[in-house]
Amino acid sequence: MKQICVCIGSSCHVKGSYEVVQKLQDLIEKEKMQDQIEVKTAFCLGECGSGVWIKTDDGPISSVKEETIETFFYEKVLGGGSDEEV
Amino acid sequence: MRKFENAVQQLKYKVIKEVASLAMDGTLEENRELIPGRVNPGTKSTMRCCIHKEHAILEERISLVMGEEQSSSNIIQVIDIACDQCPVNRYSITEGCRGCLAHHCSVACPFGAIYHIDQRAYINPNLCKECGKCKKVCPYNAITEVVRPCIRACGANALSIDEEKKAVIDDDQCVQCGACVYQCPFGAIMDKSYVVDIIDLIQQGKEDPDVRVYAVMAPAISSQFTYAKTGQVVSGIKKLGFHSVVEAALGADMVAVHEAQEFAETIDERKLMTTSCCPAFVSHIQKNYPQLAHHVSDSISPMVAMGRFIKSTDPQAKVVFMGPCTAKKQEAREEDIKDAIDYVMTFQELQAMLDAAEIEIADCEESPLDNASSYGRVFARAGGVTSAIEQVIHEYDIDVELEPIPCDGLAECDKALRILNAGRSPGNFIEGMACVGGCIGGAASLSHGPKDRNVVDQYGALATEQSISESLRIFDLDQIDFERNYNL
Repeated sequence: MKQICVCIGSSCHVKGSYEVVQKLQDLIEKEKMQDQIEVKTAFCLGECGSGVWIKTDDGPISSVKEETIETFFYEKVLGGGSDEEV
Repeated sequence: MRKFENAVQQLKYKVIKEVASLAMDGTLEENRELIPGRVNPGTKSTMRCCIHKEHAILEERISLVMGEEQSSSNIIQVIDIACDQCPVNRYSITEGCRGCLAHHCSVACPFGAIYHIDQRAYINPNLCKECGKCKKVCPYNAITEVVRPCIRACGANALSIDEEKKAVIDDDQCVQCGACVYQCPFGAIMDKSYVVDIIDLIQQGKEDPDVRVYAVMAPAISSQFTYAKTGQVVSGIKKLGFHSVVEAALGADMVAVHEAQEFAETIDERKLMTTSCCPAFVSHIQKNYPQLAHHVSDSISPMVAMGRFIKSTDPQAKVVFMGPCTAKKQEAREEDIKDAIDYVMTFQELQAMLDAAEIEIADCEESPLDNASSYGRVFARAGGVTSAIEQVIHEYDIDVELEPIPCDGLAECDKALRILNAGRSPGNFIEGMACVGGCIGGAASLSHGPKDRNVVDQYGALATEQSISESLRIFDLDQIDFERNYNL
């Protein structure tokens, strides 16, 4: 099971992390991958400001936005590309 | 810069700060005997009969701040030698007595407790039943009434006076509300502290990235640091070494949903439900009205909800709750919920720790503290829980009639419980807040100002999430156990 961890700490929350979580959940549902990918939340991934911060499994953390999460999902999570900033 | 409400608060602050400072340096054990001299330098006494007594009392305070074992396990402890043995006779006749002819006082006294020598009145304390009739009738207002502040403060009837006129706490009745701690003008009653453990934990976190210490911040914070913004306090806490600061109010949003559902499901059988977020109120029912315990909500408090939620996202998390409350220190160690919170610290202790670390919060940048809805945030003041439950009933379209009985302070709670005991409650939902004003009036608050309630409401209105369902919209709450098991 792949895990995507989204920071929902205050700093990321005010930058729209709840929307990122919801979009991810919608995308996983759309791709019918509920039994393969799980969205988790964390209070602070250690890097405040300029979030929303997100991490796939034990990979490095990346900064995403509500507008970029779909690209991130297809390119980095499903595409298996490196987790550089999108 | 910080202003203290009174000299007692400032004195406790100084002790906590010195203990914290040495603990941060790792030299507390060898240097603790230096603390009395640092808190109270010089050779002249400023508060008590002599410097030696002052230092002896400071030793006791240091022991409590260090969380050392005391004669009982109660969080609230009387410092015997600091108790000034205030007068115990409630009524006394002062110099104002003119030695009149009418003697209204002795005529009014139903117990024959007033006698006269050369026309002047005196009270025989062995006969006086403290009814107060003499005081009411004296035309010169010559009769004074003095109630010991600790006894007057205690709404749980847990305080008494021993043969030596020292205050004694009955641990079986004490609900740890801390009212006596706040009210004793000699600072003779104190709450035990965990600051040294917390500093050790933060130190571990600095050395080991797998030790992450989270601060759960009570919403009462908004009215506390009058010289700095809440966002600056958050930055200061992170500088202390906490991994993250999270709003307890998000837990309040969660609990409001659970408690509203519990209310709807059980009210037909229970007839009346009380809130369970205030640990002193819950304890008051359990200890002093055990026959009413089945009315207490089985929902955990926001503090516990947040502790459990953080640990569900990070199983290695250590969680420290920061609030205005002494009773939360006891709640955190209750058997059925002790998994949730590792340590509790008060705002007074936070202030002292920030200063010990020489973190000037007024110079810090602001960090956001924003997850909860405004409804979760106003849990901090009396009436807030009720408005959150009403909001949940409205938002989640729950079909139930809420008839709230708001109780502001332990005296009001006690009255509502007596009425409930007699079967004559005028509603079906008791909101119990042991401190007057709610949490913002907590015993370990830094500020007890009249404007605090408005400040909390303004802080509530600043929340990004406008409703409870919005604030919880991404959370899968099925993984959290929201149920108390009081009998464990």
